[in-house]
Amino acid sequence: MTPPSAAFNPHIVVFACNWCSYAGADTAGVSRIAHQPHFRMIRVMCSGRIQPGFVFRAFENGADGVLVSGCHLGDCHYVSGNERAVEQFAKMKAVLKILGMEEERLRLEWISAAEGVRFAKVIDEFTDRVRALGPGPFAGTRAATEAVLAGTGSGS
Amino acid sequence: MSGNGSAPLAALARDSRSWACYDCGKCTATCPIARVGGHYSPRRQVLAALAGDREALVAGDALLKCLTCGLCQERCPAQVAYTDLVRELRVLMRKDVAEPECPHGGSLQSIMRMMGRGGTTQDRLGWIGPDLRTERTTGAVFYWAGCAAYYDAFFTEYELAITDASRAAVALMNRAGVAPVVSADERCCGHDLLWNGDHEGFERLAKHNVDLVAASGAETLVTSCAECLRTWAIDYRPYFGGKVPRMLHVTQFIAEHAGELGLTPGGGSAGGARRVTYQDPCRLARHLGIYEAPREVLHALPQLELVEMGKSRASATCCAGGTWSYCDRYAKKIQVDRLREARATGAEMLVTACPKCQIHFRCAMKDPRLGDDIGIVMRDVAQLALEALGRFPTPASTATRG
Repeated sequence: MTPPSAAFNPHIVVFACNWCSYAGADTAGVSRIAHQPHFRMIRVMCSGRIQPGFVFRAFENGADGVLVSGCHLGDCHYVSGNERAVEQFAKMKAVLKILGMEEERLRLEWISAAEGVRFAKVIDEFTDRVRALGPGPFAGTRAATEAVLAGTGSGS
Repeated sequence: MSGNGSAPLAALARDSRSWACYDCGKCTATCPIARVGGHYSPRRQVLAALAGDREALVAGDALLKCLTCGLCQERCPAQVAYTDLVRELRVLMRKDVAEPECPHGGSLQSIMRMMGRGGTTQDRLGWIGPDLRTERTTGAVFYWAGCAAYYDAFFTEYELAITDASRAAVALMNRAGVAPVVSADERCCGHDLLWNGDHEGFERLAKHNVDLVAASGAETLVTSCAECLRTWAIDYRPYFGGKVPRMLHVTQFIAEHAGELGLTPGGGSAGGARRVTYQDPCRLARHLGIYEAPREVLHALPQLELVEMGKSRASATCCAGGTWSYCDRYAKKIQVDRLREARATGAEMLVTACPKCQIHFRCAMKDPRLGDDIGIVMRDVAQLALEALGRFPTPASTATRG
């Protein structure tokens, strides 16, 4: 695990479904499994909800990497939502390829509620990979994005 | 939200000739949304702009609902430029009120803005293939490919093949002896950002694209997209530095080179083997006044008969989704009605000259309950022309047409 004081710590957005992957992150937490902290997690009810617009907007606003996660295929809380996630993910990949974004900045992983260890492993691997790639092509917009967020309040 | 800022509103009202409005209501009577029961009134919007009533202008998403198809403007006896008014109002009010609830989750706007920021090397020329002759950087003619590759990658559920139309366009240009520049560094023309009020994002793209084409040395720009053409021909005007290229829709290019391509004007046949009907894209038709070129091409194709829909040319209904700014059940109704109209002509194919028409009509055709009633094959004019030339390769064979 690279400490947070590394030369470049990427900004990663993680989309996680409520039933599996978010709970998997929780399992990692309550089990006190250490992993790198350079991500912001956005919980959605189902990975099928993660439409290309979410991911594109994350990159547009300066994310260096985006991780889409959900229940393992066959285990979806809504039966087939993660199959829709697969379709949506294919679109994101295809569009970002044309746009010229490095393929590895976007990843899809299935993480169950029990897989705390796996959650930590995926986060560490992905963080290292994105760190190796360096800042994303639109990282320069992040300061503006953060200023907007600060100006309008965090909602908490 | 009211109060200050009425001065720019007044200026917009003046520039769009809203002051000439005499409240006759023809705009609302002809508005495609109003006609299918959607609560939308161009007339009330014009009056609200005149009164400086910002709240009324944006209430109920009013500002975003307009299709900007230009039909009301066509009918207006006082020549109020309603479409221009809507575009400028969206720019003016974007910051304080109207963050559009973009269809497709805002994906397309995000893609455009990312292109505008640059910093990536696009992989957008995969469609060209080995058999087409193109240049990468400089040449006399620039083929403006638009977002065809993006649309094919994004709208996979509609069995789109917009890049087939691009390929057909370049193949026809090759046949006419032109190897056009097709650039990997082309970016979205910015049409949809402009029409969603994001003038800043639009300007970024406009400047890049104008520079790119200027650097290519091209004197002519040809595109298959009606929206790109409108944007280049009208909205890019403030950004041209040096010589302005001649800008053509691919149908105009084909019509101009009919002889070299082996097409005989009027050489098509009434009672031909295949009946097709033509959808006038709003940007190509009402916005740019290009009605004849696509028809000339279709009329020149052998064994093909063009039958017009009741609402055609300046009266044509649009695809109801041109600017990615709004989509609702009224848009769907407009599309379904239009497809029924196309089917009623007895045509086996709906031919068009803009990718957006294909995307939106193909979406409507996905309705599982209506599919059989409204389903119709869609093609771009250039695809049909290339296909016909493939089947009738030599000019001599056209002599046998009835």
